[in-house]
Amino acid sequence: MFSYCTDPQTLSGLTWLSCYLTTGKHMAFYVSFGTVLLLLAITAPTALLFGFGGAAAARSRIAPVSWLGKGYIAIVRGVPDIAFFLFFVIALDQAFEWTRHQVLCPDWSEPIRQGNDFVVCPQAKLPLGDAPQWVHETYGFFVAVLTFAIVFGAFAANVLFGAMRAVPHAQLETAAAYGMTRRQTFWRILVPQMWVYALPGLSNLWMVLIKATPLLFLLGVEDIVYWARELGGTANPRFTDYPHGDWRMWYFLALLVFYLAFTRVSEIFLERLMQKLTHGQATTGGEAQRKAPA
Amino acid sequence: MKKIILSTAALAFSASFAMAQDVVRMGTEGAYPPWNFINDSGEVDGFERELGDELCKRAELTCEWVTNEWDSIIPNLVSGNYDVIIAGMSITDERDEVIDFTQNYTPPDPSAYLAMSEDVDLQNGVIAAQSGTIQAGYIAEQGATLVEFATPEETIAAVRNGEADAVLADKSFLTPVAEEDPDLMIVGPDVALGGGVGMGVRESDTELKETFDAAIQSMKDDGSLNELIKKWDVASTF
Repeated sequence: MFSYCTDPQTLSGLTWLSCYLTTGKHMAFYVSFGTVLLLLAITAPTALLFGFGGAAAARSRIAPVSWLGKGYIAIVRGVPDIAFFLFFVIALDQAFEWTRHQVLCPDWSEPIRQGNDFVVCPQAKLPLGDAPQWVHETYGFFVAVLTFAIVFGAFAANVLFGAMRAVPHAQLETAAAYGMTRRQTFWRILVPQMWVYALPGLSNLWMVLIKATPLLFLLGVEDIVYWARELGGTANPRFTDYPHGDWRMWYFLALLVFYLAFTRVSEIFLERLMQKLTHGQATTGGEAQRKAPA
Repeated sequence: MKKIILSTAALAFSASFAMAQDVVRMGTEGAYPPWNFINDSGEVDGFERELGDELCKRAELTCEWVTNEWDSIIPNLVSGNYDVIIAGMSITDERDEVIDFTQNYTPPDPSAYLAMSEDVDLQNGVIAAQSGTIQAGYIAEQGATLVEFATPEETIAAVRNGEADAVLADKSFLTPVAEEDPDLMIVGPDVALGGGVGMGVRESDTELKETFDAAIQSMKDDGSLNELIKKWDVASTF
């Protein structure tokens, strides 16, 4: 990185550290923080969308739709995360490839399952075999996002389902009395009011999601915990210009600070959001806000 | 008969297709020096990096390197996320049932114990090993108490902090560790395990297997494989 870094053996103290902390490997470590934040930024709204869909389906008057929503919530919530991540991602990837295979290679004569192997025609591969590495990584990342969204969506669905039932029934009856259709009642009365009941549960989920990101490496995405373990491990002088002992403690300490700071910022933000959502609601919180001197 | 001819034609067609795209993805662990590790600039390095690049050059393939967690390295191969495992993987019967191996590129080599003192009880003590390795399988059979870890680094750390009495791993991996740390030493007799290290490919990928077999053979024949083994000090030579 810096011009004086050409011969690290002669360096010491802060100069050594400045070179050490700017190696390509460390840069990958810093980038992985961005990966984690990006994952959270995309996963949270997607999971909320899945959750909303699941909750709305579970409430449906049409029995099969309701079964679908309830089944989704029950099954995904019941399966351990790690099992889900290990099995589901590979299954999901294969499902995509199988579908593409059926569409793109109708003339293919060989079986797709050959013993343990899963073989589709080269055109159906996702990403294509000759795609550059970054395409593979991006694809892996989005499969990860989708998996996280499905898992956390199920929990969010359960929270939202409860929140929808928590909205005072009188509100809905009043809407009906005014002649609103079920659809209108849902969108104009129920949904705007349910968030205040959903937020405590959702904020919990957000915190769990932040901490669940190390599962990323199971999916082949190199996240901050992977790099911290890799960089902190004993570095033998035979294989690196920057030998050091077992420094994992320091790297994990840095992660600890990162996670704590991140959850703290989230808490502050969620607290403000709660204040805003409570405004004008028929809850004790809303009542307190109303009575407070303006 | 007609069917056989047809399917051979289809096979030849598909094979030429596979050759046309020419990119072979090489899956490795990146945490097992000197075999494979991530170097300072964040790239895969080590004996297998150099070997793999040379083999690809000889086979006229374009190769790309991918790292994957050891535990899921075989499932990701068979589901097609990469095409080859080149990760210091010993050829064993159990693995051979799931995937295919090329011929070995290092001879069967001893494993060794690393411990904090000479007088540890290797028969009945607590021995660390990386999960899913031949060493872990061996300890489980021997009756010593096995503690498994996901990465090689953690097995060494377990010995340092006293969680395990010793660690069993490839001798080529443990020797540089023992040289570097005065507290750690190789103890007890060497243990002969496995049938050498080879590249893992999908069972359906016979074409690729043969290509790499030929490339490895050519490196064995002209002695360049032995030079590479000596350079990285990973094993005995052929």
